[in-house]
Amino acid sequence: MTRANWEVVIGLETHAQLSTQSKIFSGASVAFGAEPNTQACAVDLGLPGVLPVPNRAAVERAIRFGLAVGAHIAPVSIFARKNYFYPDLPKGYQISQMEIPVVQGGSLRIQTKAGEKIVNLTRAHLEEDAGKSLHEDFQGQSGIDLNRAGTPLLEIVTEPEMRSSEEAVAYARALHALVRWIEICDGNMQEGSFRCDANVSVRPLGQKEFGTRCEIKNLNSFRFLERAIEFEIKRQIELIEDGGQVVQETRLFDPDRDETRSMRSKEDAHDYRYFPDPDLPPLCISEEWIAEVASGMPELPKSRRQRYVNELGLREYDADLLTATREAGEYFEALRAAANGVDAKLCANWVNGELSAAINRAGLELADAKVNPTQLAALLVRLADGTISGKIAKELFEIMWSEGGEADALIESRGLRQISDTGALEGVLKELIAKHPDQVEEYRGGKDKVFGFFVGQAMKATQGKANPAQLNALLKALLLGG
Amino acid sequence: MNLSELLNQGVTALSAALGSREVSAVEIATAYLDRIEQAQPELNAFITVDREHTLRDATLADSMRAASPGQSLAGIPIAQKDVFCAKGWRTTAGSHMLENFIAPYDSAVVQQLNKQGFVTLGRANMDEFAMGSSNENSYFGPVKNPWDLSRVPGGSSGGSAAAVAAGLAPAATGTDTGGSIRQPAAWCGISGIKPTYGRVSRFGMIAYASSLDQAGIFARSAQDLAILMDVISGHDPRDATSVDRKDAPCAKELDKDIRGLRVGIPKQWFGEGLSAGVKIVVESAIQELVMMGCECVEIDLPMSEQAIPAYYVIAPAEASSNLSRFDGVRFGHRAAQYKDLAELYERSRGEGFGPEVKRRILMGSYVLSHGYYDAYYLQAQRVRRLIANDFERAFMLCDVIAGPVAPTTAFPLGSFGADPVQMYLADLYTIPVNLAGLPALSIPAGFDAGMPVGLQLIGPWWQEARLLQTAHAFQIATDWHTKRPALYSGLKP
Repeated sequence: MTRANWEVVIGLETHAQLSTQSKIFSGASVAFGAEPNTQACAVDLGLPGVLPVPNRAAVERAIRFGLAVGAHIAPVSIFARKNYFYPDLPKGYQISQMEIPVVQGGSLRIQTKAGEKIVNLTRAHLEEDAGKSLHEDFQGQSGIDLNRAGTPLLEIVTEPEMRSSEEAVAYARALHALVRWIEICDGNMQEGSFRCDANVSVRPLGQKEFGTRCEIKNLNSFRFLERAIEFEIKRQIELIEDGGQVVQETRLFDPDRDETRSMRSKEDAHDYRYFPDPDLPPLCISEEWIAEVASGMPELPKSRRQRYVNELGLREYDADLLTATREAGEYFEALRAAANGVDAKLCANWVNGELSAAINRAGLELADAKVNPTQLAALLVRLADGTISGKIAKELFEIMWSEGGEADALIESRGLRQISDTGALEGVLKELIAKHPDQVEEYRGGKDKVFGFFVGQAMKATQGKANPAQLNALLKALLLGG
Repeated sequence: MNLSELLNQGVTALSAALGSREVSAVEIATAYLDRIEQAQPELNAFITVDREHTLRDATLADSMRAASPGQSLAGIPIAQKDVFCAKGWRTTAGSHMLENFIAPYDSAVVQQLNKQGFVTLGRANMDEFAMGSSNENSYFGPVKNPWDLSRVPGGSSGGSAAAVAAGLAPAATGTDTGGSIRQPAAWCGISGIKPTYGRVSRFGMIAYASSLDQAGIFARSAQDLAILMDVISGHDPRDATSVDRKDAPCAKELDKDIRGLRVGIPKQWFGEGLSAGVKIVVESAIQELVMMGCECVEIDLPMSEQAIPAYYVIAPAEASSNLSRFDGVRFGHRAAQYKDLAELYERSRGEGFGPEVKRRILMGSYVLSHGYYDAYYLQAQRVRRLIANDFERAFMLCDVIAGPVAPTTAFPLGSFGADPVQMYLADLYTIPVNLAGLPALSIPAGFDAGMPVGLQLIGPWWQEARLLQTAHAFQIATDWHTKRPALYSGLKP
């Protein structure tokens, strides 16, 4: 296989489950994990005579998304019926949006090793989820659980603009972070709240026309997404290079065997007989409604990142880390607010350094950090004003992380205060000089390295509490001045 | 007034009698149930009668009255078309598919009526899933016309119309998708109203064609229609197509003077296709309106002849999707034998649906199919818009439109067995109204060879009150609405 001769084309369709209390067209709860068929009301069961009523909270989440990706939010969009028979689809049709979706266009910035890239979105539309078919434990029959039926989804569709599995994963991660950031989806991939379908094709480098694509369904982890795409790229290139042709089809990824398998070909594709749902009037979204939603939006990652770099002077690397998730930024914001006057860069270093390392070591989420922003702020204030040294600050952080407690109290009770009193320090240094006459001679003879020996000894003698700047100056003067 | 006479009166008289404690709800319900029992074998107006359930309702109504004398409608009996879900009642929609379906909840219409203390007498027969113009498509057998048992009562709400006409109920609910209230009302010699689309909640009404279906009422007079309209109308948050409006109650404005009212006569509706006998009756009724002080103006509805083809694209398209839920999986008929999922679907639906329902599902699936959608479905929607435009223009010249309901009187049973399209064509005066979503009613206007003829009055959107005022004035000036079929004058009591 000569991969270098081929260009890969990938488009993603992502189903994000919207974090509403109730279903998109009924009042039933959407909580995960309940006993089968206990969270399905007459509307979800598709009983004769029931009617759908749109959930305002689901529409609001779609508006939030549209605002976050800079899309056009359609003033009028249409719910349509997608007709097909399946036992976990109670009405025999899924309510979705076809010709006129609620969110049109928009884009997302992604970051890969090669740099920054903009992925354009085609659309995002509202639709209801189906139930679940359970094929085990029913003695040859299938069980149907309709708890999930009617759960609100936002299907987010990209243009076919990604050129590698790395870009696809970067996009999926950026989207995942964004939907959580704007609080429209909990992003729980194991529970299926965020799942991707990947459309993959290959074409000889330089060819304009797209190759025939295959759609890989229901990829519910970033790793599966990457592996499925990688397998599919390899499969398609090998197939074509062996003189074969890619057949347009829907494929499933089998994580156990690390391969994709054909699910149904284009010939078996349903004719979904889409038409506007006569039970639902056009979805009208006024300018006022959009403005109201916009006023409740959090600062978005893109503008927050710009602000961190331009106004706070953070490095791009730090700004990226602090805007990778909403939580990181919120922690940083809270820290800054509490650590009045402390340099933003110092704050950023600590969040991305000590704090993030401690969280990773403990396998925790930022929200569960054992040192909260206010506590960390108190520590940084003492570091910044010279009460404690950098080294002591790290030790203090470890104590606070593992044992709890407040910075100021710990500094006092454990005597961590930095020795900035020249008199006290001078006494210690004079003693050292008196104790090590040979080393003093060496230093004076031009052996600069010995200076470090004295610093080390001085730190040891003060349990690290000596103010390093003062120590350096004083030591130099004493050694030279003799 | 003795009980027998009282039963032949309408809602207004019954309300007065109940109010004066002359008679109890239980006595009235019992008397109607006795009548139903006598008439049922030949008329077949009901699919389900449940004496115990009805008498329980009646007892409840009597205690409602005792507790609060202001409940002026408690105890009035009503027949429910078997398309409205009613908790605890078998709700079949005239189909084998739902032969054993007990509704677990109340439709909005039933709920509103129950709240006022109405007593359900039984579940009225109907064409399967409201598809038909003769009530011959019911799985539970055809309903007969009380004026002539060899003829159909009209459809799809044939059981409701026949029950009221024969004196088995003072009023009944119905649904009208392409004429299913107005046409059987006309053919059975009673009054029936189809409200503006969106005025009455469709919640709990088993759907045929969602964008056209509208619930309405059959009764013995326009006055009774007005009372019942006020009960079932109103916004319902459970139906996204129900409209939130604050219209004055219809019953309150019933006596408004109609002198000077401009009555539009569609020039296309009196030519070829309208039988001579019906034409004479409808023209005399219009003459009557003129004598009452109305003014006639000719109006033009050029697109209305396109209504039937447009309807038979839109309605089956919606029906094909609406009826997908009847798959044998969760409720309704399931085939006894099947070897896989496809066969479960094929057999359950194949056995559960009758021929007319299958025909419309096939037509509907076809017009929505890839490659045909634009040519059929979208084109039909454009025609629909143009038909509505016709009416909008017409209502700049007139206040109500008057015309025939159907081109003939009720035809003999079995007339169109082999040729359903001929039967479709008979709905040419009612279907345009559904496509435009307008309110319309049918009132008795006379007879042609012993069979009743109806006059159709159509109003602008939300002008039910104006239609009912006109109909009420007509019924004060005439007595056609008081005529009763001789065959059912001997019921006991």
